[in-house]
Amino acid sequence: MKYLMPHVIRFFLVILIMFSFVKITVAQEAEVGQTFSTTVSGLKIRSLSKKGQFVEQLAQFQNPQKTVILQALVDGHLFEIREDGRVVIAAKKSGKYSIVLAENGDDLGLTDNSAIKKIKINNRLRTQIRRLIANLQLSSPDVGLRLKAIKTLSKSIKPDDLNTLKILAESEENSSVLDALELVFALDNINSSDRETRLLGIENLKQKTSFKAVSRLQALLDKDSEGQFVEPDKEIRKQAKSALVKIQSRLNTYEVAQTVFFGLSLGAVLVLAAIGLAITFGVMGVINMAHGEMMMLGAYTTYVMQQIMPNNISLALILAIPAAFMVSGIVGIGIERGIIRHLYGRPLETLLATFGVSLVLQQAVRSIFSPLNRSVITPEFMSGSWQINDFLAFTWNRLYILFFCLLVFTCLLQILKRTKLGLEVRAVSQNRNMAKAMGIPTDRVDAMTFGLGSGIAGVAGVALSQITNVGPNLGQAYIVDSFMVVVFGGVGNLWGTLVAGFSLGIANKVLEPFAGAVLAKILVLVFIILFIQKRPRGLFPQKGRAAES
Amino acid sequence: MSNTDKPMLDRYQTFNFVNTHPVIKGNVDVSHGTVLYMEDVSVSFDGFKALNNLSLYINDGELRCLIGPNGAGKTTLMDVITGKTKPDSGSVYFGQTIDLLKMDESSIAQAGICRKFQKPSVFENLTVFENLEISLKADKGAWNTLFATLNGEQLDRIDEVLEIIGMQELRFQPAGILSHGQKQWLEIGMLLMQEPRVMLVDEPVAGMTHQEIDRTAELLLSLQGKHSVIVVEHDMAFVRSIAKKVTVLHEGSVLMEGSMDEVQNDPRVIQVYLGE
Amino acid sequence: MLLKYFANEKESAFILMILASVTLIIPTCNLIFSAGSVFYFSAYTVSLIGKYLTFALLALSLDLVWGYCGILVLGQGAFFALGGYAMGMYLMRQIGDRGVYGNPDLPDFMVFLNWKELPWYWSGFESFPFAILMVMVAPALLAFVFGWLTFRSRVTGVYLSIISQALTYALLLAFFRNEMGFGGNNGLTDFKDILGFSLQSDSVRAILLMSSGMILIAAFLVCRWLVKTRLGRVVTAVRDHESRVRFLGYRVEMFKLWIFVFSAILAGLAGALYVPQVGIINPSEFSPLISLEIVVWVAVGGRGTLYGAIIGAIIVNYGKTVLTGLLPEVWLFTLGAVFILVTIYMPDGLVGIWKRKWGGAKP
Repeated sequence: MKYLMPHVIRFFLVILIMFSFVKITVAQEAEVGQTFSTTVSGLKIRSLSKKGQFVEQLAQFQNPQKTVILQALVDGHLFEIREDGRVVIAAKKSGKYSIVLAENGDDLGLTDNSAIKKIKINNRLRTQIRRLIANLQLSSPDVGLRLKAIKTLSKSIKPDDLNTLKILAESEENSSVLDALELVFALDNINSSDRETRLLGIENLKQKTSFKAVSRLQALLDKDSEGQFVEPDKEIRKQAKSALVKIQSRLNTYEVAQTVFFGLSLGAVLVLAAIGLAITFGVMGVINMAHGEMMMLGAYTTYVMQQIMPNNISLALILAIPAAFMVSGIVGIGIERGIIRHLYGRPLETLLATFGVSLVLQQAVRSIFSPLNRSVITPEFMSGSWQINDFLAFTWNRLYILFFCLLVFTCLLQILKRTKLGLEVRAVSQNRNMAKAMGIPTDRVDAMTFGLGSGIAGVAGVALSQITNVGPNLGQAYIVDSFMVVVFGGVGNLWGTLVAGFSLGIANKVLEPFAGAVLAKILVLVFIILFIQKRPRGLFPQKGRAAES
Repeated sequence: MSNTDKPMLDRYQTFNFVNTHPVIKGNVDVSHGTVLYMEDVSVSFDGFKALNNLSLYINDGELRCLIGPNGAGKTTLMDVITGKTKPDSGSVYFGQTIDLLKMDESSIAQAGICRKFQKPSVFENLTVFENLEISLKADKGAWNTLFATLNGEQLDRIDEVLEIIGMQELRFQPAGILSHGQKQWLEIGMLLMQEPRVMLVDEPVAGMTHQEIDRTAELLLSLQGKHSVIVVEHDMAFVRSIAKKVTVLHEGSVLMEGSMDEVQNDPRVIQVYLGE
Repeated sequence: MLLKYFANEKESAFILMILASVTLIIPTCNLIFSAGSVFYFSAYTVSLIGKYLTFALLALSLDLVWGYCGILVLGQGAFFALGGYAMGMYLMRQIGDRGVYGNPDLPDFMVFLNWKELPWYWSGFESFPFAILMVMVAPALLAFVFGWLTFRSRVTGVYLSIISQALTYALLLAFFRNEMGFGGNNGLTDFKDILGFSLQSDSVRAILLMSSGMILIAAFLVCRWLVKTRLGRVVTAVRDHESRVRFLGYRVEMFKLWIFVFSAILAGLAGALYVPQVGIINPSEFSPLISLEIVVWVAVGGRGTLYGAIIGAIIVNYGKTVLTGLLPEVWLFTLGAVFILVTIYMPDGLVGIWKRKWGGAKP
């Protein structure tokens, strides 16, 4: 029962809103037809003021199609068929238009551009329609639509709207909608002539985090060209000032949150880039300078997958993850078998040889895909951002990468902890000869470890393709950074890599506002160089006799 | 080290209590007859106690043998003395005054404590002669090393050592081509070149023939008195042939000290070596 | 006397003779014979060979630290570039008011950035001796600070390599910034004169080549002397077994530091000779790729021999000139393949192959 209450109230609200329109449009009702279909036809009328009347009239009907029609009118999708004058909603489709009948949504198939004529409106009408739609949406069960409606209405609030909103506020239960409503009321309060109401408005604005609140409060403190305060009331100015200070302190918190988020997302990228390296470098003691190119291969795999499946970008991206793992993993195993195998125990030589590999891979990609950057499309679900308030928003792609990074990390940890391969890898990394004596095929383990590390680099490449340009130099940009992360975290320690990646990411973003992006990067590099002096084995060093030699 | 800075050093010695970094050349205060003090030294690696409250005193000019099963802490003990490993607690003094824990490897070596490693560590790309030359007791600063030339006395010294280790013919061969035993000898030779006060010798006879072992025993015996020598060795016959006093290490501390006969008949030692 | 000095080193003597003749003959021919003569070397050839000689000097400097001291520096290019920038600053000041904007004090890029006066670190660079001093001091200082920090805390092996790469990478980023006052992205260029003589004239080119050759010969002799001293032996010992050297009483970090600083000075000199011959210095010289290429020169020639580095630098760069001219696409493939093949199959480089085939058993 309690659950039903809002709906019941909302129902009454709808009726009430309608009454308010009935009042406005009652004069015209006698002149024009009464049916839904004739009202829709009426929209074709040339006179803009008459058209406005029909719009108002249309809004009074119960027919749910009315919102669709009004929206189509605003968006410029409402047409009339030249031949028979029927009103249709048209959408462009491969050079032609697919049209549906406006009044009931019947599909009328495809038609040519020349067969239909757009129903035109002007800006004044557009505002009017938006307001109508907003009013209709206020009763929508969808919170998002209600918020949108409030936003539309509050652009230039009218007494009628305010009443509607006040009625809505009485029944509203959703906190974010209430929040938005309070903002509207508070802003309105400030415009009032009553001093107490204004002060109350300011008091309420104090709690709000929105551009509007800040700019309104700031406006109270403005001076005119003669240096006099626009706002004569001293008390109001004082309160406005203290409210601004309050909001500002909250904004600072959000700013910190935003910086931390940027830092974490950069850190996630660093961790993704470094974690494969942590395995090949940390566990195997092998420096793989071609690690960045493994990421590059992963990114190009994403590009190729999207080329194969141009109609399903999201699926292509998801399938690219295992594909990139395979591609980079296989190339990695190839490098291990072909080159690194001959160089175990000679880390400096391994470094040089794998650098050669990276040059070859870069040039190969350049020859195959051209030296220009390829564009990888960001799928729908990853674009846009999660708007918490006017001052705090998290972009979805970065949130996904953060999540993805943690997922990859957990998987890797589990692989090393729970699988047979993981056990063998740990055994070989601790004592190669002993492991060999126990019958572990060290050759195969080396190849698989290297494949695993490279495969993860490939997966990292998929993630990178979503936030950076996919080009032959993609890997190079990350190689120094990822080494720094591994070294900073402590070689042979995956947790260290995680902590190091995130802390370097955050450090970078914290420094950026003061120092600029490039200088921040330099400072971080210098910091690591100095840090290595103090703790040559990183944040989380391996201990024991084995680590000494 | 030359005569000219003797007074400086003497004067310095008067005030050594104000100086936390004793300077090292030449004078080691052994007025109590003890050249090396280790007291309550503990070292642990990740929870494993390699040395556990170990105390050990070496007399000036003494030849001491250290024995003990694997993992007893013999090599760790040498690491602590030579500065390779810093102990968690305890104190290590060279003579009465020189605190070894405040010094790094190179200053400890310059002070006169030198070491032969378990795994023979000679410089394989240098000739035998060059290996000895860079070990020579001399100013080890970079600038002086750059302009260093060998005087007659030093040449004689190298020849002398070459003769002791029996490598006159091999002097211009790179050390890399030597056999395992020869490398052991060369490293002992390098030790001799440094003219140290204390020599730490880790497993000197591993990989040697019987004749070579006998010669090594002879050499080590001839060194005592002039140098203090600490020998770590597993070869009991060899230990018996050189040792006056033997220290048995077990689980990071001293199990017992005594003559070879005492040690070999001690029930605890037998238990440690043979198990239950 | 020369032969006696190099009694056991025919290769060194041979290289020295070739270097000396190149240094003398090519510039002389360029000046004496006119174009069209068989013996004439074009201005382009003179500059090209001059450039090779500076690269050989750079390779020599790396071989000293890598081949003898075992420190694989992946940032040697940074010292080269610093030397180059110091020389470039002198050459910029020499332009005077002949720049596009005609400002007598400020280089064009500063006028463009609306700078009002010369930054303090540009002062003094109008004097040639001061510039030459800075050519050596700037890289030496960087090497000293970096080496002091890293060697003292015993950062070795691949760690040191990676950190040195990070160093040059950080400098690359820094020099890209316009605020640094070194011309940003474009670097320093459009040079006119050196010591009052036009850089375009044949005789200046010839003299630059000669100086490069003579400084290379001198540096080679000094390096050779250095590795023959007891210090050289200690340094070799450090390369083979660093910790053991400590137990002989040597302060390993100081030995490494001085060798490193000296090598940085040589690299700086190479950079200073390079800039007037190619006419530009920009931040790309700091790129990690350049530093890695230097490593390849030394590896191809054969490290730890000094003359091998010179041979390697000249051969690889000649190959680069030819290949990038004919098939630019193939150059990176070749360079990559050279990296791989040299490390796996020719650890001692060309010199090693030569010695095994014709020089009898390798000692």
